[in-house]
Amino acid sequence: MTARIVVVGASLAGLRAAEELRARGFDGTITVVGDEPHRPYDRPPLSKQVLAGTWGPERIALAVSADGGLDGLALDWRLGERATALDPRAREVMLAGGERLGYDGLVIATGARPRELPGTERLTGAYTLRTLDDCEAIRAALDAGPGRVVVVGAGFIGSEVAATCRTRGHEVTVLEALPVPLGRALGDEMGAALGELHLDHGVEVRLGTGVAGFEAGSGGRVERIRLADGNGLDADLVVVGIGVTPNTGWLEGSGLALDDGVVCDASTWVAPGIVAAGDVARWPSHRFGELMRVEHWDNAITMGEHAARRLLADLAGTAPDPVEAHEPYDPVPWFWSDQYDRKIQLAGRSSGADEVRVVDGDPAERRFVALYRRGDRITGVLAMNRPRLLMTYRGLVERRASWSEALREAGAA
Amino acid sequence: MGYRVVVDFDLCESNARCMEAAPEVFEVRDDDFLYVLDETPPDSLRAKVDEAVRRCPKAAISIVDE
Repeated sequence: MTARIVVVGASLAGLRAAEELRARGFDGTITVVGDEPHRPYDRPPLSKQVLAGTWGPERIALAVSADGGLDGLALDWRLGERATALDPRAREVMLAGGERLGYDGLVIATGARPRELPGTERLTGAYTLRTLDDCEAIRAALDAGPGRVVVVGAGFIGSEVAATCRTRGHEVTVLEALPVPLGRALGDEMGAALGELHLDHGVEVRLGTGVAGFEAGSGGRVERIRLADGNGLDADLVVVGIGVTPNTGWLEGSGLALDDGVVCDASTWVAPGIVAAGDVARWPSHRFGELMRVEHWDNAITMGEHAARRLLADLAGTAPDPVEAHEPYDPVPWFWSDQYDRKIQLAGRSSGADEVRVVDGDPAERRFVALYRRGDRITGVLAMNRPRLLMTYRGLVERRASWSEALREAGAA
Repeated sequence: MGYRVVVDFDLCESNARCMEAAPEVFEVRDDDFLYVLDETPPDSLRAKVDEAVRRCPKAAISIVDE
């Protein structure tokens, strides 16, 4: 009988896993389950080019380098279908439509979904942004003409949406509940520096400002936001970007370990015949000494590929579990965010730093590099419009360089 | 049979992942622009160039076999 691998999740991690399975010679059935109706597409442009209207949705279809492109992978699609349960003993995935998909190997790549703000469920004109459908709804609202856009959350998605809306000529206010945007992630100084970028472009940023509720007009359309400080704010369009929750609901009761994601070992292995990758996966990083879950584009690719190789080793019985003997997945995470005319890049880990030091440029000039130290190591690097240096320092994080070596590299020792 | 590296500079955003993968071929300079150092690299660099193609967030790099 032909072997079957089921990939649950039809976005970047799932697709790259499927691609790697084929590249490594797996010639059985690969069934890909995705709850969106679309074939895999690239999400980063959703908050930028597609939202701006400069790219149509056809521009973001994910390409495959194999001969014949996506069709060349001969995938067995289940699009517009949601996985609802997993029975790891029977090796079956249950779909909402009633189908039971038996598998020899399973890749869990169900990603994450935006957190909702209470009170927005039945509101028209209030959105989160994760999917192409979300993006097209927001873009259609922006197309209706200049209006007052309120972005809730000054994280990276919220900031990109604010920048795109502002560039399109809308009046934009960003609300952030914390006193410093991205303070926990980047530290107060760097978080503040990123927040100030909005001010350069005439976007109002209100820090330490929580949302108490919404007031709707006719048809349930949002008209006004009530703020926790008692004030109000008129809004024609609200976009909420307050983080995401990993999609593990369908794994409840499966017996798999769930803890802010599905828990893998250091090699992306979850259980016999099961691996996980992308936003939904949490794994112990030896490099950083912590359980990590990374919501970056780059991680979806590299973890998807790694998980595919790990799964094939599992199916071949060449990597006995527990799998510490298997090659660990231990990358230096990297991502970028484009806002206005600036490119922000972060490599490694910036949270929990003992020190943050600007080693090049000046945040006030919106062109700089900052290094993050934990103990006597460089663990992270943040750059604005400094891509070359970012990659140089990323290399130092990659080979676990000491802090003093990093400072020597910067000429700052 | 050789190959040619083609960069779509309308797509390139200077993320510099290509430079990281294949510094012999790609260089992002201090002006933040990407420069292709060798448009027809030797076969010995093909794996690195393939990696650069895969790592580009904008899918701005392609390889033309010739």
